[in-house]
Amino acid sequence: MAIECLVLGAGQEVGKSCVVVTINGKRIMFDCGMHMGYSDMRRYPDFSLIPKSNCSDFTNSLACVIITHFHLDHIGALPYFTEVCGYNGPIYMTYPTKALAPLMLEDYRKVMVDRRGEEETFTSEDIVECMKKVTAVDLKQTVQVDKDLQIRAYYAGHVLGAAMIYAKVGDAGMVYTGDYNMTPDRHLGAARIDRLQLDLVITESTYATTYRDSKYAREREFLKAVHNCIAGGGKVLIPTFALGRAQELCMLLDDYWERMNLKVPIYFSSGLTIQANMYYQILINWTSQKVKDTFTTRNAFDFKNVCSFDRSLITAPGPCVLFATPGMVSGGFSLEVFKQWAPSEQNLVMLPGYCVAGTIGHKLMSAKIPTQIHLDQDTRIDVRCQIHQLSFSPHTDAKGIMDLVKFLSPKHVMLVHGEKPNMATLKEKIRSELGIKCYDPANNETVCIPSTNYIKARYSDAFQESSLCPNFKFLKTSSRQDFDSVNSHMRTKPFLQVCDDRMAEGMLTLQKNQNPKVVTQNEVMTSLGLEKHEVKFDHCFPVVYVANSKISLLKQLFERLVQEFPDLNMEDFPEHLQIQSFVVFVCSNEECPHRSEQKKCDAVYCCCSWSLADEKLAWKLISVMKEFRG
Amino acid sequence: MEQSLVVGCPCIADVKDCLTKVESLKYAQEACYNGTLIVKASSSGLDIGSCNWSITGPNGTIIYVSSSLCMSSTATSFDYKALQRSDVVLYSDFSSCNTTDKFEDGNNSSGTAASNFSNISDDAVDLEASFTLLNNDEYMEEIEKLDFICSCSMDSVKSRGSVLIPIGRLGIILQLLERFALGLESENMKVPIFVVSSVAEELMAFTNIIPEWLCKQRQDRLYSGQPLFTHVEMLKDGRLHLFPAIHSLELLTIWQEPCIVFCPHWSLRLGPVVHLLQRWCKDQNSLLVMEEEVDANLALLPFKPMAMKVLQCSFLSGIQLQQSHLLLKMLQPRYVLFPEVLKRHVTPLDSFDYYSENEKLHIPMVKNSELDITVEVAVQLRYTTLKQQDTNISRLKGELLMEQGRYLLSVGDNQVCSETETKPVLHLGRIDLNVLLVALQKMGMNVTVEEARGDDGLLTASLVHVLEPNKALIKVTDVQTLISTADENLASLISQAVCTNLDCI
Ligand SMILES: [Zn+2]
Ligand SMILES: [Zn+2]
Ligand SMILES: [Zn+2]
Repeated sequence: MAIECLVLGAGQEVGKSCVVVTINGKRIMFDCGMHMGYSDMRRYPDFSLIPKSNCSDFTNSLACVIITHFHLDHIGALPYFTEVCGYNGPIYMTYPTKALAPLMLEDYRKVMVDRRGEEETFTSEDIVECMKKVTAVDLKQTVQVDKDLQIRAYYAGHVLGAAMIYAKVGDAGMVYTGDYNMTPDRHLGAARIDRLQLDLVITESTYATTYRDSKYAREREFLKAVHNCIAGGGKVLIPTFALGRAQELCMLLDDYWERMNLKVPIYFSSGLTIQANMYYQILINWTSQKVKDTFTTRNAFDFKNVCSFDRSLITAPGPCVLFATPGMVSGGFSLEVFKQWAPSEQNLVMLPGYCVAGTIGHKLMSAKIPTQIHLDQDTRIDVRCQIHQLSFSPHTDAKGIMDLVKFLSPKHVMLVHGEKPNMATLKEKIRSELGIKCYDPANNETVCIPSTNYIKARYSDAFQESSLCPNFKFLKTSSRQDFDSVNSHMRTKPFLQVCDDRMAEGMLTLQKNQNPKVVTQNEVMTSLGLEKHEVKFDHCFPVVYVANSKISLLKQLFERLVQEFPDLNMEDFPEHLQIQSFVVFVCSNEECPHRSEQKKCDAVYCCCSWSLADEKLAWKLISVMKEFRG
Repeated sequence: MEQSLVVGCPCIADVKDCLTKVESLKYAQEACYNGTLIVKASSSGLDIGSCNWSITGPNGTIIYVSSSLCMSSTATSFDYKALQRSDVVLYSDFSSCNTTDKFEDGNNSSGTAASNFSNISDDAVDLEASFTLLNNDEYMEEIEKLDFICSCSMDSVKSRGSVLIPIGRLGIILQLLERFALGLESENMKVPIFVVSSVAEELMAFTNIIPEWLCKQRQDRLYSGQPLFTHVEMLKDGRLHLFPAIHSLELLTIWQEPCIVFCPHWSLRLGPVVHLLQRWCKDQNSLLVMEEEVDANLALLPFKPMAMKVLQCSFLSGIQLQQSHLLLKMLQPRYVLFPEVLKRHVTPLDSFDYYSENEKLHIPMVKNSELDITVEVAVQLRYTTLKQQDTNISRLKGELLMEQGRYLLSVGDNQVCSETETKPVLHLGRIDLNVLLVALQKMGMNVTVEEARGDDGLLTASLVHVLEPNKALIKVTDVQTLISTADENLASLISQAVCTNLDCI
């Protein structure tokens, strides 16, 4: 049995996340995203590559589609896949994702059609129809998709409703992380997952080689940049997605405005984001603990300094802060405003920490101001404004990825959603530091790994009882700090551990037309009507010994044997010595039937017996004893 | 709203302390107790957050079915699919005890129930269809009840009387609030609605942030961008007021009659209801809405003589008998335990029993215990085919772990070193002397046989003397073979001949 991963998107790149995983024959699609950098069919995953095992359509070849969060690079192709390609099977996502995804999709569709004038690949109705097929899930719920497939969502941070997905088919288990954040921010908590038995973890690796310090310093940096700009009478443009980042940054600004008693207006470019705040209020249970705790007194998403916006305000004089969609200045309203504001060096454009290649945001990131940006052949923009890049991101950094992989300790790791050279570095690090096999396939490549399969056997009560007999051992361990952000229930392990080292021993029986059964040795004998038969050896031989010696022969032999075989566990009894099944005593029976050698002078007969298991050892012991001179 | 009772309790610290020990679960979240038991809750539909429980251990699954409502217009619906194919159902819905009258009239109640459904096939689809049909009827009845309360209340306020509703069920309160809003609007009346309870504010805010725990229609409101309940809007535009207590200053300033008041407690002995009842009990235009489960005669005794109208209503609080029969057919448990009090009303099933308080029951169960063996353990197995039977057998060794209610036999951490010390081989069977002699002769040994007899003359052992190539003595009994010789090689040869005669594991 195996797990087969076909990477349809986000392989060695960021954009159009889509991995089709086949676990023991069950096929699951994780995410169904679109690529912001393309406007032709390359923006969607190549669905035609999905194996169609004997069936003609996607509905039969896929057990389900699971979406991790509402970002377009994870959900953007879903209406196309369901309404145009005809997938009609189950789709799972969390409640917030189901509530917020239509807003994101509709916003994107509008940008695509109304503003960029492209031909639409799906309609508003397609979005509505698509969302009707979605089953919403809560965190930690075990969802039985069908008889064999179980899925479960875990909190991923990143954006409201983002989830890491655990999927289990038979004994094989895997986790697909989607995008996640290992440190809490102002509005969301950190990712949390249980320790699970996993064959595979597919993780994002946006910041595969980046290490970040405390978030608060970077938040201050952001606020200072904004404050400097408006103090100088400039306008601040913050291109963001409609949801998530906008709310987080706005919470920062709203709070800062209160503290600094600022009166400069903050605008949201479309009604969309303001409507989104209402969703955030209902879905407050999915935000950070701090936001949840204060919600009864004041809802953190009820922004006091946000004013309503209209188009004329773009050219109005005076400072302001404007949130505009889409992020990365990839088109739409944010591009429109950018064109107007970029030529003035008073103004500031606040870019997100990550911009997809091909977007204006990406061009600005590496540009030297002043510069010119070519929109198309006829349009160019003079850019003289300040560019500030947000240094905090809702993605985990390299340490977070390593921590998560170490915590989950899967048999294999696959990297997606990152940049090729950085992924290669991280892959090596996971291989060398954690000793876990790691892959970073490109788009449309398939990775195949073996999956866990247990052998099922019935067992008897007697076997169970015998296996549960305690066998205590005391262990000293080096104290270990546990992994707090992932699972807060873990505690520090004590220095001294009492370890119950019990071993289960039994017999596995296979009978024709029956399941394997595990029983005890005694049960085998009674059920099969067989008796134990012991095969033993005896040998009685003379050992040289001067009777007047003060120390007994046995004692002397014991010392000699200990000297010769220091690793063996020997027991010294008054009348005999015992080494495993080997027993030796001084034989005074002149008629002893086991004697076959003539007595020498100054010798005493030693009678030995042992069982088959110790045959080799016994003869070694005997040869030492025969050479002994007491 | 019954929480207010708890808040008023003198031992509030204990309550808080107790609640810190409670681990909260989502529906269908698996909580693993001690690695052995998997505890899971599934929606019972009775009210927001109410649930049935399933406990799965290595020996099977037990389902605890509490009072369940098949269709709900606030809470998540009854998730009976989560209860299917268990080993034992502990049926603990006592709600039909109260409504037995219907069946007792028919003399043979269980017979009636049984015959009603004898024509229903066991086909799962049919079962589900009939179940849904029954639930639909029941749901419509509930809606009618709420509509009736609403219209009576409207009549009261129209005649300038107030309405007092000391009902504790959150689901009912939330639905009535919405109906009142609609009713008042259609009558074009401005009558304030008050919810007076120490937890009112918290409760109303909380109900609007728990879409995951509500029925489908409520969740659809989230997806269409509306608040989950209308009370959010009612609070904003001043149609609804929340107060922690009747003596709140703000309440006194805005108080106006007629009004509609929701408050604890249904017993009519505690909370704001006592004051309000004293105020309105002589007013023939006012209305008191109570649950039928309350003994009205007793509850109203201190307020008599009453001029106030009293409307007693029984809301569904569990599975009806007809439904329980269908439900159990759908759940297909291997064994059902009913409460003794339902004995007369239950249609007998194949495997079932009755339980009563403080009585221990033994459930006859066929255990079908299964464990998992890892591949790492399996590759170490060395099978032997037994001589007489069609059986392959292998020694099995590993660490027996309990994970998620299942045993897993895996290669233990410390087994790597112990691999060298193989356990002594187990020999089974008896020696056939003739076969042994042939084997020894084939090895080129010259042997003679002697019989050893005990004092009673019975054969105790056979003694095989090996004369060549060296001297050896083999003493064979039913349970043991003893080889004595000074020649190591000879000893080894003889033991090989003996072992071919036995099953070695
Ligand atoms: Zn994302
Ligand atoms: Zn992403
Ligand atoms: Zn002897």
